[in-house]
Amino acid sequence: MEKSESEVKAKLRSFVSSNFLLGKSASELGDDDSFLESGIVDSTGILEFVGFLQETWGIEVADEELLPENFDTVRNLTAFVLRKTP
Amino acid sequence: MTKAFSSAVLDLDCEREADRIGKVLLDYLQSYRRKGFIVGLSGGIDSSVTLALCVKALGKERVFGLHMPERDSSEDTLGFSRLVADHFGVASELEDITAMLEAAGCYRRRDDAIRTVIPEYRADWKCKIVLPSAAENKGYNFFSVVARSPDGSLLKKRLPLEAYLGVVAASNFKQRIRKMLEYYHADRLNYATTGTPNRLEYDQGFFVKQGDGLADVKPIAHLYKTQVYDLAEFLDVPETIRKRPPTTDTYSLEQGQDEFYFSLPYDKMDLCLYARNHAVPAAEAAAALGMRTEQIEWVYRDIESKRRATGYLHARPQLVSAVEEVS
Repeated sequence: MEKSESEVKAKLRSFVSSNFLLGKSASELGDDDSFLESGIVDSTGILEFVGFLQETWGIEVADEELLPENFDTVRNLTAFVLRKTP
Repeated sequence: MTKAFSSAVLDLDCEREADRIGKVLLDYLQSYRRKGFIVGLSGGIDSSVTLALCVKALGKERVFGLHMPERDSSEDTLGFSRLVADHFGVASELEDITAMLEAAGCYRRRDDAIRTVIPEYRADWKCKIVLPSAAENKGYNFFSVVARSPDGSLLKKRLPLEAYLGVVAASNFKQRIRKMLEYYHADRLNYATTGTPNRLEYDQGFFVKQGDGLADVKPIAHLYKTQVYDLAEFLDVPETIRKRPPTTDTYSLEQGQDEFYFSLPYDKMDLCLYARNHAVPAAEAAAALGMRTEQIEWVYRDIESKRRATGYLHARPQLVSAVEEVS
């Protein structure tokens, strides 16, 4: 099933809001803000993203893909999801 | 001209430092009307130096050592910890914690968590969890479990969140049960307990909350590990102990601290932490350490990341309003 960028981004933002901010809106988080540097997630949180990608889109993440270029911002994560799914 | 950054920044006046620490130890006992200190001995450098500092400050009669091995401890552990107690002439007691850990389900819970990623794992296998090393890692720190079957075959799998938390939560019983026993003996003798983290461990959160992170006094928490080794020599800690590589002695497969938590050997990690704390540019630290600038930048980020991730371990219980009469 084809996904749009906005659809993926909305799902990721919703996950950040419910899972890391305990319901507080993620609206202040810019697409290019670092998850780690903003203190929203720590390295354990990255593993939560990995689980979320697997459950939501069936994406298997290889060790060498666990990079900030793929996981550290909403924009990077959205691009990664779009690359990894048909 | 400013001096180039080098390992000399960690040079320590050992005599002065031992005296300063000794005064704090004595002050603590006087303030809280306790008679001496308990030291949990692992046979490693940190607990050995802590014991030696207590003996120097208070005399061997006011120090009580505890040996607390368990099923997964290295065969050498008890020999090394006894060597230290005997060398400094302190009274000590053996408390094998295996039965308590079995009763708490420590091994069973840990093995169940491992089996979610390695289904063939059995109780007679050995295991450890490891991080990628800083030299090869360009991304996030993530843990993998390494398991070895009785026939010697080795399996390595990345731990997803639930399995990682399960393994760590179960293993933490070890440090918490040890601390519980330290407080039992402290209460029995009217002593206080010591904690043995060095600065690397304390700063980077390499301890278990209410386990080895709990103590009345932490005499070496301000000292880089390199300085702890210097103090060990000054305090005449046996050479056998000083020459041992640091291990966690928490998992059944041999595991160095640098593959479990710090990603670099302690002497390099010390200098990276010092450099980070004193705003030394990454390129300058890289030259002193013989590493690439981007590796040092990665370590700097990892230091900050660990500080953020482990802030909870340092946090005191949160009150809604201060109770000023007792704070």
